[in-house]
Amino acid sequence: MLHGVSLDVARGGITGVLGPNGSGKTTLLRMLSGALRPTSGEVRLDGAPIESIPKRGLARRLAVVPQEIHPVFDYTVLDLALMGRYAHLGPFGFETALDLLAVRRALAATGTADLECRHFDTLSGGEKQRVVIASALAQFEEDTRDEGRLLVLDEPTAALDLHYQIEVAQLLRRLADDRGLTLLVTTHDLQFAWQVCDRVVLLQDGRVLADGPTEETLTPAHLHALYGVRVDRMTHPDGSVSLVPASLVGDRGRRAPTPVLAMHGARR
Amino acid sequence: MRAPAESGVVRTAAWDPHDPRAAAQAAAGRRRQAWRIYGLFGTLLLAAIVGAPLVGSTPLDLRAVLDRTRPFADNLDAQIFFIARLPRVLAAGLVGATLAVAGVVMQALLRNPLATPFTLGVSSGSALGAMLALTFLPTWTGGALTSVPLASLAGALGAVAIVYALAQVRHRGFSTDVLLLAGVTLNAFFSALILLVQYLSDFTETMRTMRWLMGDLDVAGYRPLVIAMGLLLPAAVAFAWLPRSLNALALGAEQAGSRGVPVLGVQRLAFFAASLATGVAVSLAGPIGFVGIIVPHLVRLLVGADHRIVMPASALFGAAFLMACDALARLVLSPVELPVGVVTAVVGAPFFLWLLIRKT
Repeated sequence: MLHGVSLDVARGGITGVLGPNGSGKTTLLRMLSGALRPTSGEVRLDGAPIESIPKRGLARRLAVVPQEIHPVFDYTVLDLALMGRYAHLGPFGFETALDLLAVRRALAATGTADLECRHFDTLSGGEKQRVVIASALAQFEEDTRDEGRLLVLDEPTAALDLHYQIEVAQLLRRLADDRGLTLLVTTHDLQFAWQVCDRVVLLQDGRVLADGPTEETLTPAHLHALYGVRVDRMTHPDGSVSLVPASLVGDRGRRAPTPVLAMHGARR
Repeated sequence: MRAPAESGVVRTAAWDPHDPRAAAQAAAGRRRQAWRIYGLFGTLLLAAIVGAPLVGSTPLDLRAVLDRTRPFADNLDAQIFFIARLPRVLAAGLVGATLAVAGVVMQALLRNPLATPFTLGVSSGSALGAMLALTFLPTWTGGALTSVPLASLAGALGAVAIVYALAQVRHRGFSTDVLLLAGVTLNAFFSALILLVQYLSDFTETMRTMRWLMGDLDVAGYRPLVIAMGLLLPAAVAFAWLPRSLNALALGAEQAGSRGVPVLGVQRLAFFAASLATGVAVSLAGPIGFVGIIVPHLVRLLVGADHRIVMPASALFGAAFLMACDALARLVLSPVELPVGVVTAVVGAPFFLWLLIRKT
């Protein structure tokens, strides 16, 4: 649920949306991508009301990457990435050379080019995430620098281990810096938001708590208001910053070590 | 695992992702591959069309059938081939192709690989219609139309209307969960009504209804086939338009929507086309089970998941498969014919179990 949220996203750069569970992040994303219509108010893309843009035209300018994707059938990576070209295909046709070129560029950009013939189900979580991002990138027209191209990602790192989190973060940064895409990202990961986002919007109970450059919004005061948790913002000697939540469960050393469940030298 | 710091480097592949010529070659290669698959399954179907009518209580020789020196009136082999057996083989082809494609569409629409053309209650609605006609209506014939196929088609349409109405009640859109539940419930309800009708009927009527339920491809000449093809035409046009959208729908409705798919329209079209085609097939030959699930799965095992290849290949293979099953039904206890539904079930059920076990 959102209560009177206003948001202008400028072309280029990465905007992060943070907020507790149920604060309206996903609702916001779905509205901004045209999947959900606001009961009052409106959403505009390049000045035009989003519901007035034909779906195929919209798909060429705005792509959505969901948290997770579960295709029911056993598609190959290339098949899946080619689904991003839906808005470019004729009603009966197979892909043209142009479609394949766009998809291969997208796969190369996400570092998944050599997975082309693998089956999607056999990929690791990080590979899947990057293939889905490639599929979304393939939706865009190749040379439309004059039109805004918007990539919307819902918690892109939530299911990934540390290694892939960093890979995806680097990928998003490259897309914004090198290809001039506009990115909109929700996340629960403070460190990810700090390092990746140019601007952060904090949502609380369907209202905007704070909105502005990352350094100004991700402050201990805001985060305490948002999550009710004390977060320390520590600047290291090299200038990098860590956002560390203070422990709420007490110090490790004071907990008594009484095992309930024990396993010794198990093999399988 | 490589260090994250290096991940900006594009990994080298066998081809250059920015080479337009390589992309053109790959696109052409994919198209050639698709046509090769169509050609292969088409050849299989042609072999079945020619081969299946030769099999039966009187084995035929193709050379005798095509012997031009004898006039048709004197050529008994040609008469058996073209008048007695070919209509039945073509009926098997039409029904097999329809059920196989309807199965593919239902599996994509419900996002459930275990769905069949009969999952949403079309066949039991159809069966109820046929039961009522067989039990309570006097046998009535108007030209090529007879009361039983008409009643079963009416039953199928009734079931489609009820399921569609139920799916609309709770959601403005198309909830696959509600569709599935409505279909399962309707199947149970119609089955109960069928039992009731059978309880009220006498021995001969029960016997006839039982035979109908087993599936029977013995059509009277070419007329019913032409009528069925006419009824299937709109569904066939829809099937030709759907594959691209069904691919995207496999990712989920919202994902498909963000890729530019008119989701609601596609779901509606898929539902009506698959249901109506199933209704026509069932009214022509009775509810022949397992074709709608074995064929799509076998085809996917062979050619992958892309619906633009799976749907035409399933149509061709479904036709050939049912022709073969029907030939088997005529052959096993010859001169006694087995109901073809028994053969597809006996072949199909173990195969289906194997599929299930293989997955887990």
